Amino acid sequence: MAAQNATTEPSSKAPIMEMKNITLRFGGVTAIENISFDIREGEVRAIIGPNGAGKSSMLNVINGFYHPQEGEIWFRGAQRQSSRPHEIAKQGVARTFQNIALFKGMSTLDNIMSGRLNKMNSNMLAQAVWWGPARNEEIRHREAVEKVIDFLEIQHIRKTPVGRLPYGLQKRVELGRALAAEPKMLLLDEPMAGMNVEEKEDMSRFILDVNNEFGTTIVLIEHDMSVVMDISDRVVVLDYGKKIGDGNPDEVRSDQAVIDAYLGVSHDD
Amino acid sequence: MFYRESGDFKTKYVDDNQTFPIKLDRLGYYAIIAIAFLVVPFVINDYWANAVMVPFLILSIAAIGLNILIGYCGQVSLGTGGFMAVGAYACYKLMTSFPEMSIFFCVLISGGITALVGVLFGLPSLRIKGFYLAVATLAAQFFLVWLFNKVPWFYNYSASGQINAPERAVFDFLVTGPNATAASKYLFCLVFVFILAWIARNLTRGRVGRSWMAIRDMDIAAEIIGVNPLKTKLSAFAVSSFFIGIAGALFFSVYLGAVEVGEAFGITQSFLVLFMVIIGGLGSIFGSFAGAAFLVLMPVFLKNVMVGGLGWPTDIAAHLEFVIVGGLIVFFLIVEPHGLAQLWRLAKEKLRLWPFPH
Ligand SMILES: Nc1ncnc2c1ncn2[C@@H]1O[C@H](COP(=O)(O)OP(=O)(O)OP(=O)(O)O)[C@@H](O)[C@H]1O
Ligand SMILES: [Mg+2]
Repeated sequence: MAAQNATTEPSSKAPIMEMKNITLRFGGVTAIENISFDIREGEVRAIIGPNGAGKSSMLNVINGFYHPQEGEIWFRGAQRQSSRPHEIAKQGVARTFQNIALFKGMSTLDNIMSGRLNKMNSNMLAQAVWWGPARNEEIRHREAVEKVIDFLEIQHIRKTPVGRLPYGLQKRVELGRALAAEPKMLLLDEPMAGMNVEEKEDMSRFILDVNNEFGTTIVLIEHDMSVVMDISDRVVVLDYGKKIGDGNPDEVRSDQAVIDAYLGVSHDD
Repeated sequence: MFYRESGDFKTKYVDDNQTFPIKLDRLGYYAIIAIAFLVVPFVINDYWANAVMVPFLILSIAAIGLNILIGYCGQVSLGTGGFMAVGAYACYKLMTSFPEMSIFFCVLISGGITALVGVLFGLPSLRIKGFYLAVATLAAQFFLVWLFNKVPWFYNYSASGQINAPERAVFDFLVTGPNATAASKYLFCLVFVFILAWIARNLTRGRVGRSWMAIRDMDIAAEIIGVNPLKTKLSAFAVSSFFIGIAGALFFSVYLGAVEVGEAFGITQSFLVLFMVIIGGLGSIFGSFAGAAFLVLMPVFLKNVMVGGLGWPTDIAAHLEFVIVGGLIVFFLIVEPHGLAQLWRLAKEKLRLWPFPH
């Protein structure tokens, strides 16, 4: 699992995203307070912190679901104007959710196919008569999706409605949907929560493979410290909406503020 | 030959995308199409056309349209009657303003006009959801009926306030007006049903359909994978209203011939189509047909049994009919909320394993 350090040297890469002095408030609650950090191209960047620290909120800021009251977001060299989530998706940011957000009425295949929606553009008329472009587009994207299905080893549940799948597989399908978009940057909100050790190992392997094979930048929220220490290149530590640590896993692990605020605290999962 | 996929391996993604992946289904489908086009027109009489087949076909189109909106895109609408009225009045105005225009295009353009009106009334869906959206569409329903009653231009200033369909022919066969034959009315509607069902199927299996279903199942996740909620919802309103407008145009011109808007396209009509969609199965084109067949046939059947068979007075039978249909709807919602389409699927799933259940 240390392989990625040998193959790529993320620390030498330029940032793909920079968060500058981000502040996000909900009424009286300040979920994120004046936080700055960067995400480098091709790295696995973990965000950790106790419950309610503002981790999910941070992902929601990154993909445009929340708009911070203060601060700047720079993505791939340009300052991002406030954009809608679907526009940010088109710029190459995909994500999974803390609570699974699959399309319950659809099969595994359709869920993952829907991950490619922002790459599809055959017009309504062609779709209506299932004429050349629409049909070819469908087949072309189906091929790409089958690769994702093979990669995640979920061939056997291709046609199963996702509602019938066990929790661990649902998480995997959700990852598949995000991967199908071939994102530059992949945001994972607790992808291993509620999984057993074996499932966690599978998931860690998939995440590292994506990172290595496709060079996808990964932003990962995870409570399981051993996983975080294993697979991430750098870690941001949040507590009560403030940043209290930032560095590689070893630095963070030995940082006194982090130990006090976070590592000592027990978690219900 | 057993009913199953095994032994019928799909080696191409094209094959896997077929509408009917199982061979027997495919054959059954071709058989139904052949019978509908080649046999029924020669045996159909006025009673069957007017009481059963024509309303069934037309309401199937409306049900598919509403199913696209509710079943596929998850946007509730109680305005179906009002949108059918838009189709009907558009068709009337086109038929009377351009007597030379083929009735086929009149109906088609009426669908287009209804699509535009549908988009307009779909705009609130960007802001409101569920129950509140239902109320907004209900307002559209009442507004549209009121509009067609109040503005005489829509009914060409006729004294009765009604609209009457002039006679129109397709290839010399009359399809509208009192002299149209059962077979030509039936075939004219069948052509629309065939084309529109095929279009609905195509739209729901690709990009557009997946965007609709994504919005239906979880609009937040849909937006985050790149689905534009504005475009997607409005496209569902447009397509749905297109179908419903065509249904309204046919309902007026071919089926009823003369229309008083409040009677033909009132709130009862909205609920009738809604029940068809629910009983047939949300998110299923087959279900739209099944629901339409059920609600068209059931009253005819009950009437025949109660008046014809048991000799009861018609007015009592008519009241009982309401009670029984209502009861059946409640029964259905409790026993099988996914409708006839789901019952059919379950039956097929059993059959697929038969005779080796394990
Ligand atoms: N939409 C919202 N409206 C109001 N308050 C919110 C909203 N979203 C988050 N918050 C608040 O912001 C704070 C941070 O929440 P967030 O979900 O980001 O925490 P987290 O670090 O992801 O926690 P967990 O580990 O439990 O997932 C919490 O106090 C939460 O109540
Ligand atoms: Mg969270």
